Amino acid sequence: MEVSLDLLLSAVVAGILLGGFYAAVSIGISISFGMLDIVNIAHPAFIILGAYAAYIVNSTFGLDPILTAIIMLPVFYLLGAGVYQVYYAVFERRGDEALRGLAFFFGLLFIIEVGLVLVFGVDYRFVEAPYIGPTFRFGMVDLPLRMLVPFVVSMVLVVLLQLYLSRTFIGRAIMAVSQDRLALQLMSANPGKIKRIAFGISIATASLAGAFLIIIQPVEPSVGRDYIGRVFAITVLGGLGSFPGMVAAALLLGIVESITATFYGPSWSPAVAFGILLLTLAFRPSGIMGR
Amino acid sequence: MKRVLCAWFGAVLLLAGMAPLTAGAVEPIKIGFGMALTGGLAGNGKAALVAIQIWRDEINAKGGLLGRPVQLIYYDDQTNPALVPGIYTKLLDVDKVDLVISGYGTNLQAPAMPIIMQHGMTFIGLFGLDVNHQFHYDRFFQIQPNGEDPSISSIEGFFQAAMTAKPTPKTVAMVGADAEYPKVALEGARKIVKQLGLKIVYDRSYPPTTVDYTPIIRSIQATNPDIVYVASYPPDSAGMVHAAHEVGLKATVFGGGMIGLQFASLKQQLGEMLNGIICYDMYVPSTTMNFPGINEFLAKYQPVAKEEGADQLGFYLPPFAYAAMQILTQAVETTKGLDQGKIAEYIHATEFDTVVGHVKFAANGEWAKPRVIFVQYRGIKGNDLEQFKKPGTAVIVAPAEYKTGDVEAPYSAIAH
Repeated sequence: MEVSLDLLLSAVVAGILLGGFYAAVSIGISISFGMLDIVNIAHPAFIILGAYAAYIVNSTFGLDPILTAIIMLPVFYLLGAGVYQVYYAVFERRGDEALRGLAFFFGLLFIIEVGLVLVFGVDYRFVEAPYIGPTFRFGMVDLPLRMLVPFVVSMVLVVLLQLYLSRTFIGRAIMAVSQDRLALQLMSANPGKIKRIAFGISIATASLAGAFLIIIQPVEPSVGRDYIGRVFAITVLGGLGSFPGMVAAALLLGIVESITATFYGPSWSPAVAFGILLLTLAFRPSGIMGR
Repeated sequence: MKRVLCAWFGAVLLLAGMAPLTAGAVEPIKIGFGMALTGGLAGNGKAALVAIQIWRDEINAKGGLLGRPVQLIYYDDQTNPALVPGIYTKLLDVDKVDLVISGYGTNLQAPAMPIIMQHGMTFIGLFGLDVNHQFHYDRFFQIQPNGEDPSISSIEGFFQAAMTAKPTPKTVAMVGADAEYPKVALEGARKIVKQLGLKIVYDRSYPPTTVDYTPIIRSIQATNPDIVYVASYPPDSAGMVHAAHEVGLKATVFGGGMIGLQFASLKQQLGEMLNGIICYDMYVPSTTMNFPGINEFLAKYQPVAKEEGADQLGFYLPPFAYAAMQILTQAVETTKGLDQGKIAEYIHATEFDTVVGHVKFAANGEWAKPRVIFVQYRGIKGNDLEQFKKPGTAVIVAPAEYKTGDVEAPYSAIAH
């Protein structure tokens, strides 16, 4: 296909917007897997849970899905902290977290999925919001609000979390637990408590990511499975534990997918995106901005 | 008093002892199937199950099948084809079911076929595309009204309708998911496009995990096609419609084989964005499709589906799942037994009157005469589901026998 400036520009902009969404779904994994070394394979299921929370409140009270997600942040935080407490007591404390912990999160994934099926059935669910449908047009570039709003909120979320991690005591302790758990203990901080807070934050981000997901596409309980590979790939590509790296990886993946879909055929998108992941890891095993 | 109590206990014990004997005397007829109750196809799987359960309750209220109560034995195939052979092996070898029907979808019917054939069972498929193509099994029947050559007949109505649009289309863009159904559909579309002498300007597929469809629609737009044919699954269909609306797709005709646009949830979500799209369907409320019993069935189905979280309109698969059970009922009752060969023979030889109209099967088990309809969405206002329950929002533009209106074009000029 002929590469025209407007198509190229549109593809890049669409990729950036898509990357913003990818960053939102990956940020929780960036905390749990990248910083805490917890392979939370159930994270996409928590995202779907977030999507259903947005759906319930939106369909019952007509409340905006993103506002709902913000209101639900403490609930998801507590849920995450609770899950970590179980994981810690049953696996981590005994040193069984490697394989049995993985099985635990797999189990959690299926329990959440089947729970949603039992409660809500299997029909596709969606939300209504004034920004689903309209498009801003700036010259050659279209900005669908359905993608733009999640992108903006996602970037705000990333910046706030980065500030929290770098400027607050707890935030620094989270960074410390990811780097040297023993040293943190020597500073008389409780790594278990810090990890519980961090894991709670990681699950809290699923509330927002879920709202973004249901804004972008209709959701049914099993749709989260599609994102497992992608979120872990973004976290690894960006560099474990690095927020800026994760955002860069999410934007890169979004832009590459978008350009490939526009000019070379959409079926090549995953191959090119994961090819970039392999190349990056070959030349820079720690990822784009890895520790 | 003691004597009275002893007599009472004696009677109770006697009745309790007799109970299994009584139950044993009317052994139920077991009907087994796997069904997508979780996973990507669960939306339709659950809807089909509701329809089959309605049939079971009705038949049991009438005294059962051959005078025996009907018992459904089903397992969730999780939309996972790998689980299907195990499910049907268990149904036939462990549960010892008397009759089998299929789960929903091509991918979940094909893996059952070798087991079904090995046991010589009659097998009615609940919506699959050309499942018997490789197997040539004479006891297979497909309730989806695709016709003898499903790869063509389930698509040609779209192009027949599209070619009536003004200005007459000359170019076509085709796009579909990298999955079984869209691949078969796109293959059929290529054959038809060649016959019609249309020029293909875009022919690509996309991975089913795609999130944003705007780059694909922009890419299609850049080729300036008259017809845009899409073969997609529900989430992609929603993504494509959103993208076409957001990009402002300029085409004479847009639509095709978009699974999902038939479902209440997507109709409700997409609302006015559907206006102008031409898409395949199986049944819509209209004067030409007012089959005996369909309204009564939907009146029973819709409240149950709402409670169960299944498709609230139930126009797509449920009436056909119910019709499949009507066919099985008639075949079993007329042949007065469960002989699979006789049942299959009877189904081949008979034209059935069902809630989806007259059904007659061809030698390959598909409908002898295709009856996939193509509708153009029009006049949809807002997201109220009630508007879809009445004729008018989905105008049948093909085939001629069921037509309720002409194609309105171009798509880009219709407010959506």
